[in-house]
Amino acid sequence: MLGEGILKGLAETARNFFGSYFSAERLTTVEYPEQRIAPFEAARVFPFLVYDGADWQSGLRCVACQICEKECPPKCIVIVKSTDKKPDALGKPQFYPARFEIDISVCMSCQICVEVCPFEAIKMNTEFELSTTDRFSGLLLDRKQLAKSNEYYHQIHPTEATAVDARLAADKIKADAKAKAAAVAVAAQAAAIAGEGA
Amino acid sequence: MIDHLDQIFVLLRHWLVSFLPAPLQPVVCVLLSVAAIVSLFPALFALTTVFERKGLARIQNRIGPNRVGPFGVLQPIADGIKSLTKEDIVPLSADAAVHFLAPVVLVVAVFMGFAVLPMGRNMVLADMNAGLLFYFAMGASTELSVFMAGWSSRNKYSLLGAMRAVAQMISYEVVLLLSSVTVVMMAGSLSLSKIVAAQNHYSWGLPHWYIFTPWGCAGFVMYAIAATAETNRSPFDLPEGESELVAGYHTEYSGFKFALFFLGEYLAMFSISGLGTTLFLGGWSAPFSFLTWIPSWIWFFSKLMLSIFVFIWLRGTLPRLRQDQLMNFAWKFVLPMCLLNLLVAGLWRFLGDGWARWAVCSVILIGAYGAMGWGEMRRKHIGPRSYRYAE
Repeated sequence: MLGEGILKGLAETARNFFGSYFSAERLTTVEYPEQRIAPFEAARVFPFLVYDGADWQSGLRCVACQICEKECPPKCIVIVKSTDKKPDALGKPQFYPARFEIDISVCMSCQICVEVCPFEAIKMNTEFELSTTDRFSGLLLDRKQLAKSNEYYHQIHPTEATAVDARLAADKIKADAKAKAAAVAVAAQAAAIAGEGA
Repeated sequence: MIDHLDQIFVLLRHWLVSFLPAPLQPVVCVLLSVAAIVSLFPALFALTTVFERKGLARIQNRIGPNRVGPFGVLQPIADGIKSLTKEDIVPLSADAAVHFLAPVVLVVAVFMGFAVLPMGRNMVLADMNAGLLFYFAMGASTELSVFMAGWSSRNKYSLLGAMRAVAQMISYEVVLLLSSVTVVMMAGSLSLSKIVAAQNHYSWGLPHWYIFTPWGCAGFVMYAIAATAETNRSPFDLPEGESELVAGYHTEYSGFKFALFFLGEYLAMFSISGLGTTLFLGGWSAPFSFLTWIPSWIWFFSKLMLSIFVFIWLRGTLPRLRQDQLMNFAWKFVLPMCLLNLLVAGLWRFLGDGWARWAVCSVILIGAYGAMGWGEMRRKHIGPRSYRYAE
């Protein structure tokens, strides 16, 4: 019958109209500034730099290898390598970034920097309320603004951070064993030389 | 007391005018009524925009505007300030004079229609003998302003929108007129007050509104279809067609001129609902004889707002038609039904009182509707869409 579909449609919209006043699950709107939902664990916005310990400057995992700078498709990362070295998490002397800047007005949140980093030093943040009144310097984040503690990383991406910590601990054990073996070898060699001399 | 409440606006006007010298009185009397109409309906427009947005939101399971004022009721004020302070851009190649005149002509023509609508007992600005004719004359001149806007903008979208609007409005103007003619045949008058008076009597507590007769019901449905098309409301909003034509004939309008177009559209909706109320729903008369103590103007505006609600409901439900479906529907389905309805109205008049005329008229109308609907659906002129290339 002609017009049947129209009546069906009108009934459906009437059900929605009145239903939205009575059943809460129909209204899925989250009224954002007042109401918030926690960001999903897999959410990603812009990258940040992870540091261990309490001091962000000495604890930065980044060794200024500049792989991320080279891989970044929109070229939003600027790294200036330091001239001196300082010990990293494994106790090995390494360079550190004298400057590390990300222009988040250019960044496209592709996560490639995170994928290529061999040191687990750069990760994706979930912070999204980054509006500023200054679109040039306000959106150019420097080393200090980018540095976030490992505890923060655990807070926003718990599963991922635990896996990263386990990997780093394994690496450290391996490096320690290697160092010990090397030390033993050196000591043996020294002993042998001493023996030869005697 | 109740009589006084019913006539409160009329008495108020008389009281105000009585302070003036006698020669001035008739002029000021008219001016006061005009001022009332010109201030009341834009206020109703402001209220309707927020109701519409809230209603559509609820139909789509959203909340709707709720930021400006409690529950968003002050939203129209914010919108008004915004459109007043916005830059008014006129395209360099536009015909500036016509571009400026189009929204003014629209609003003036629409306001003229309110002059003949009886909004309550004794509440009509100009009680003309040929009020209905005057109304349709004014309604037809809104098409002119739409075409003025489209043509003067010198923009292909505006022009296409205006062409569509004119084609659509002329097609449905025929339907609108022919569905109203049945009422004129029955009431025997073109005066809208007389048409209301003809419906304003009761038997067994129920009113003799024209919608409660077979020809009146069919006429009302066709009038409602034509009114929706005439005011360019969804599902007949092809002239605006925001997914195809940016905004149709008012693409090149900004700031307050756009607000005037917006106002004109809503005022046209009010006035055409008011006319439908007057012709088929008994105007300002009460729906039951025991409710006649409620002031007549309350009934008129309740019926008006109910029609507006139906407009909003339809907008929230139906998708837009295609141009060929629109034209086929008007000329091949609604117009023949209208002509048949004229015949049925004549039969009703001459079959005399009794159940026979109810049976005969109902059978003819329902039979014709069923047969034509079935036939047209089979020939795919109207009804479900067919996709020739997409499948």
